[in-house]
Amino acid sequence: MDLSGKRVILHDMSLRDGMHAKRHQISLEQMVDIAQALDDAGMPLIEVTHGDGLGGASVNYGFPAHSDRDYLSAVIPKMRQARISALLLPGIGTIDHLKMAFDLGVSTLRVATHCTEADVSEQHIGMAAALGLDTVGFLMMAHMIPAEHLVQQALLMEGYGANCIYCTDSAGYMLPDEVTEKIGALRTALQPATEIGFHGHHNLGMGIANSLAAIEAGAHRIDGSVAGLGAGAGNTPLEVFVAVLHRMGVEDGIDLYKIMDAAEDHVVPIMDDPIRIDRDALTLGYAGVYSSFLLFAKRAEEKYGIPARDLLVELGRRGTVGGQEDMIEDLALTMSKQSAP
Amino acid sequence: MQKLNALIIGPGNIGTDLLYKALRSEWINPVWMVGVEASEGITRARERGLKTSSAGLAGALSGLLEDEVRIAFDATSAGAHKEHARVLEEHGIIAIDLTPAAIGPFCIPPVNLADHTKSLSMNVNMVTCGGQATIPMVAAVSRVQGVAYAEIVATVSSRSVGPGTRKNIDEFTRTTASAIAEVGGAEEGKAIIVINPAEPPLIMRDTVHCLVVGEPKRSEITSSVHDMIAEVQRYVPGYRLINGPIFDGSRVSIFLEVAGLGDFLPTYAGNLDIMTAAGLRTAEIFAEEVAAGNFVLPPRSS
Repeated sequence: MDLSGKRVILHDMSLRDGMHAKRHQISLEQMVDIAQALDDAGMPLIEVTHGDGLGGASVNYGFPAHSDRDYLSAVIPKMRQARISALLLPGIGTIDHLKMAFDLGVSTLRVATHCTEADVSEQHIGMAAALGLDTVGFLMMAHMIPAEHLVQQALLMEGYGANCIYCTDSAGYMLPDEVTEKIGALRTALQPATEIGFHGHHNLGMGIANSLAAIEAGAHRIDGSVAGLGAGAGNTPLEVFVAVLHRMGVEDGIDLYKIMDAAEDHVVPIMDDPIRIDRDALTLGYAGVYSSFLLFAKRAEEKYGIPARDLLVELGRRGTVGGQEDMIEDLALTMSKQSAP
Repeated sequence: MQKLNALIIGPGNIGTDLLYKALRSEWINPVWMVGVEASEGITRARERGLKTSSAGLAGALSGLLEDEVRIAFDATSAGAHKEHARVLEEHGIIAIDLTPAAIGPFCIPPVNLADHTKSLSMNVNMVTCGGQATIPMVAAVSRVQGVAYAEIVATVSSRSVGPGTRKNIDEFTRTTASAIAEVGGAEEGKAIIVINPAEPPLIMRDTVHCLVVGEPKRSEITSSVHDMIAEVQRYVPGYRLINGPIFDGSRVSIFLEVAGLGDFLPTYAGNLDIMTAAGLRTAEIFAEEVAAGNFVLPPRSS
């Protein structure tokens, strides 16, 4: 694979997707500390939001240690070169949250929908674009539909005003050939000025390989997180990815040693558990289940005695999508009734 | 028993399902269907013996007055309802608003319908599908003890979510959240909607989380929830408690499924069925109150 001379924009997820792995309990000090380490390493874009996006604070997804407003207000003024993005899932967050994030100075607004439901993003993408934000359409669980269908949904988001469209492997299910096919199809169908992005999860250990395949097929933005801090087995570990990109001659503007140090000295020390592919995270990737279900399934196992793996496999079989965290406890209750003598 | 003559505005999926239910009603007599263009819905209504107009509410007005129409279901859009509300009010027609316009007070039949008939509200709003499915449960908890915060998660099949809702999904979350507090009795409300494209389509699922003030009164809450389930089942037989109430610290969680009757809309679309059933239920109570002399219809202005 020859990627030499290509340029990519890396987008760090440790302070948003990483919120899942931290049960949304990152302190303001930790958030600022990590963001500054990333800024210093040359990271161009850093996402700061509740794991489930703006307005995600809830019983269903978890109440965070601080509000989106507090996190954004703490981090944004401290950045020297990095720009800050926020995520918004229509159905959870609203235009009010979007405007709040804009007023606080985010540069980028990413509007995420399930891969088949792009048309719920019209008002949010339209508003973000009208405000002059770097506006991203984020198609989640993109493994669930064929490339042609994904393209149709991407065209909707592009039509609403998104200047960048993501193929999002929320379950960490994709293998490189699928990434190549989907990113290639998006690149062909969307306008040349529209950027393509890829967001991976490392549940099958494919974060790096899939991200490389995405770049080769035409993606320009790649998500990952320092030390992999993210839902499931985490996102594509950025310090590793940067080393690979540098060996391949891809320009990303990142100082490798500084991002290695950011991972080792700033992110790893705040982890509750090591980010690794344990059997439950592996099950997410194998069964195609939304990565943030992981800790909910583990908690349900603890409380109801139903193995997390069994819960995750059944949720996959039912075609559960992102946001349906409530169905994990519901399913555990149902399965424990069925297994009762 | 005197049936109230009724009008349905909006011959789409919701309007047609409502028509099929109203044709069985002992209290409501659907006589007019109004749309803004010729459509399958208009044809279906005509085939079932209704008078129809494809020229909007204004085009049907003289006929409505001649036929003594006294109640209208609006199944159009929030934008259109604003104008409809004005015209209906002017002509002494009670409006049951199934759009998210929320001009009139929120109505969740088993919780606060009696208040609206007492206060002679001429326009009531049916909140949202998620609100109809979950607010009775919030109220079932809040009538036992204080609810500091209530949150609902409504998961609906992709096929059951129309373009109007999709274009303004914030309206769903905002309106539902307000009604959770106003009608449900929680100090603060939050609503989440998830759209799932699985095939075959999933039946509507709803989860209600309440954070109560103090230690939850388990047995009282449990029996209050069961009583309220039975109340809702009087007009939505497919309303089912799947799990709960479960108690975890101050959290009370209730897991529901809402299957429709399958009148016009498929049974999985319980979210739409509960709206049409609640709308009709509301109209029927108004008709009962009118017949009993408790609710006096205003004199016609023209």
